[in-house]
Amino acid sequence: MKIKVLGPGCANCVNLERVTREAVATMGLDAQIEKVTDFATIVGYGVMSTPALVVDEKVVLSGRVPTAAAVRELLESLAS
Amino acid sequence: MSVAERLRARTPTRRWVGLGVAAAGWFAAYELNRPLWDWLLFDVVGLDPDSRLGSGVHFFFYDSVKIALLLVGIIFVVTVLRSFMSVERTRALLGGKREGVGNVMAAGLGVITPFCSCSAVPAFIGFVAAGVPLGVTMSFLIASPLINEVAIALLFGMFGIGPTLMYVGAGLTIAIIAGLVLGRLKVERWVEPFVFETRLGGQLIDSTLGLSWDDRIQIGIEEVGTILRKIWPYLLVGIGLGAAIHGWAPEDFFTSYAGVSNPFAVLIAVLIGIPLYSNAAGIMPLVQALHDKGLPMGTLLAFMMAVVALSLPELILLRRVLRPQLIATFVGVVTLGIIAVGYLFNAVIGV
Repeated sequence: MKIKVLGPGCANCVNLERVTREAVATMGLDAQIEKVTDFATIVGYGVMSTPALVVDEKVVLSGRVPTAAAVRELLESLAS
Repeated sequence: MSVAERLRARTPTRRWVGLGVAAAGWFAAYELNRPLWDWLLFDVVGLDPDSRLGSGVHFFFYDSVKIALLLVGIIFVVTVLRSFMSVERTRALLGGKREGVGNVMAAGLGVITPFCSCSAVPAFIGFVAAGVPLGVTMSFLIASPLINEVAIALLFGMFGIGPTLMYVGAGLTIAIIAGLVLGRLKVERWVEPFVFETRLGGQLIDSTLGLSWDDRIQIGIEEVGTILRKIWPYLLVGIGLGAAIHGWAPEDFFTSYAGVSNPFAVLIAVLIGIPLYSNAAGIMPLVQALHDKGLPMGTLLAFMMAVVALSLPELILLRRVLRPQLIATFVGVVTLGIIAVGYLFNAVIGV
């Protein structure tokens, strides 16, 4: 699973990366997490409100920071 | 947070009962705030309400609690309501709109769309790439920070509905006119070329689609926490300064320098306000104290708008997509608008 955290580096983006890593760690997922800060690339995904979460090149969440539990639910539904 | 725990209900009944209890608790706390501090500071501690120390200390405690309550209540309500809007929906509404109508809509949508200034750049690119005219996009970007819910909460709590409506009306007018002017100036040449080359890929995801009421309430509670964590230092400094002015500054100190008799007061207030990086929460207690000392509302509103509308971090972010010439024009047009509003209000309503 390839996970990308989209955001220019604001506080929310850092938080999203943190909860995502937390969720991945507790699930024991085999996932690569990459940060994307380039604006052209971010908008290329169709994202206008950062931070956003991209899983296997698909935008699954944008514009807010969910809890680690919510990210876990999200990733579980995608992994199955 | 106990309120959060109580609201994290699973059944609809428990959710609405929880919200009702929280609302009742909020109103009770708001009503009891003044009697509580009157009793505690004047009757128990024995401070003299007419002394400088007494009125300053009372102002500090009473105002801190009142402002905290207003912020919690209004940020929560606004965030929950805003969760029905999204930047994606706003762009869809603005797509294909002409200038004029587009500017008016963009300014209005700027107020109600949930939007963080850290998203200014992707939103800008997204709007322009979708064919929203540049001036219309600017109206949105100006309105969004200029008319903010924290300022509305505090103005309403301190000065009532009149000045609050004035502020919202003035902010909308500035955003509409500044956007129209920037559109007329043909500023496209000052936008970094990659913006026009960016193609929107992927499927558009609506960031607020499919949220349940529990999600929206949860987002509201989290937003209250996020904003309070961010602004409390500004707030305490602001209230402290306000209390100091309230209790210690001589009656005519400010009016003699910045009162109605000084024709440059608005200009100076705006020029001081622009580089000040604070937010509405830190500025409003100061505004209230200065208003008590007889400064006119127009000057104070202009000062507050200058502080919140133009912030250095946002301008630095926008530099990624806008050439310096356009940033300078943007700052210039907004500044002129704020100054004009300040003079207009002073002329119409006075102190």
